[in-house]
Amino acid sequence: MSTSKEVLVDPIFNNNPIALQVLGICSALAVTVSMNTTLVMCAAVIFVTTLSNVGVSLVRNAIPNSIRIIVQMTIIASLVIVVDQVLQAVAYDISKSLSVFVGLIITNCIVMGRAEAFAMQNGPWLSALDGFGNAVGYSVILIGVALVREPLGSGTLMGFEILPRVADGGWYQANGMMLLAPSAFFIIGLFIWAIRSWKTDQVEAPEYQIADNVQYKEAM
Amino acid sequence: MSDSDKGESKINKDSLGYIVFMAVAVCLVCSIIVSTAAVALKPQQQINKALDIKQNILRAAGLLPEDSNKSPDGRSIDDLFSQFEVLAVELDTGKVLSDYAVADYDPIKAARDPALSRNLTGDEDVAVLGRRENVSLVYLLANEAGQTEKVVIPVRGYGLWGTLYGYLALSGDASSTLGLGFYDQKETPGLGGEVVNPKWKAQWAGVKVYDESGTPSVALVKSRSASGSPAAEYEVDALSGATLTTRGVENLVNFWTGELGFGPYLNKLRTSS
Repeated sequence: MSTSKEVLVDPIFNNNPIALQVLGICSALAVTVSMNTTLVMCAAVIFVTTLSNVGVSLVRNAIPNSIRIIVQMTIIASLVIVVDQVLQAVAYDISKSLSVFVGLIITNCIVMGRAEAFAMQNGPWLSALDGFGNAVGYSVILIGVALVREPLGSGTLMGFEILPRVADGGWYQANGMMLLAPSAFFIIGLFIWAIRSWKTDQVEAPEYQIADNVQYKEAM
Repeated sequence: MSDSDKGESKINKDSLGYIVFMAVAVCLVCSIIVSTAAVALKPQQQINKALDIKQNILRAAGLLPEDSNKSPDGRSIDDLFSQFEVLAVELDTGKVLSDYAVADYDPIKAARDPALSRNLTGDEDVAVLGRRENVSLVYLLANEAGQTEKVVIPVRGYGLWGTLYGYLALSGDASSTLGLGFYDQKETPGLGGEVVNPKWKAQWAGVKVYDESGTPSVALVKSRSASGSPAAEYEVDALSGATLTTRGVENLVNFWTGELGFGPYLNKLRTSS
């Protein structure tokens, strides 16, 4: 029981896919401008990662080694298309702004990474937990980034105004950079810093030491 | 060696036959899942798409608020939209084609079909469209007396990053604009993306389109002429920090109200009223 709990909970803070494994950054930059799109993206990734892990795990013993990556991709791509189709049918407005990114879940490193690293070696139940846990870890970071970007960038949260903007007659001068992708880099960087200050075992040993400055003085 | 010999003695997982079999099996299963989802959800998706177009038209005409999908008096989208009369118009002549299947006609799709569209060359193509459909749709809203009160036309044109798609609402005599709304655009958030800002869009109420010679002369300007002067009636504030988006919007409005757009048709409306 303790292993399944570990598999589920570890990726949230101890082994977070974004903060420690540094996977799935691309979509984290793209969709976090507003909270609504972020939540839909998180739900989609949770769905795809969990089910793709289960799918890959179920057929893991039958997959020929030479085509295993392609088989994984096929399973993931099929699930992503299903998600995209469901979004278009159920939440059309959101799917219009998100369908490009939903398509890109296929290339989201987390999905592929967990299928290859975990589901190929473990049973369906553990793989499902691992997929779910990693997707939730991804979601926690994404929601955190959106929580900073949307209010500072457009003065709203989930579409509701919380900081009245100057452009709309309020007092808040919106920070345009928060609407652009680079701001997510800074915020994710700050998150990684925060998590590593809290869980110091995540701090990596420096790969090299900067040597002392050896400059010979001019001969006098 | 030992593992595969023990468990699956009959199958060699690395043989060519097995690999091909496995690949085909995976593809088959996945394609069944994908096509089932696509086919089962298609009707709902088409309903959504049709509803979305209606909402965009209603928004441009000012009958539906920007941020909600319900009208203030609680009427449904379909109910509101049923007030509109949809007409197919031959753009070059301005003739209304009475027996056209307007319900499934998509002007934007038609513009990609060489048989249903024409090429735009050089100076003609101010909105950077490449091709323009031969037949497009107009949406007319009549008041109680049966007079045309609002005319909504689909417009599109290139901004900075991509094509802006929207609807332009004109007064019944087609002399001035009532509203302009874009439902698809890729302009820079905070700069060109402000084309969807309700405050900016509010300026499009009552902008004169045609000058004395009948040429569309809408201008997006940095500083507007003194109010009351003749020039001011054609002017809308430019978007700050978004010169190319601004130019794109100006060009697309003048293109679609002009000779190559709905000009011939709108001209009839103007002269008849």
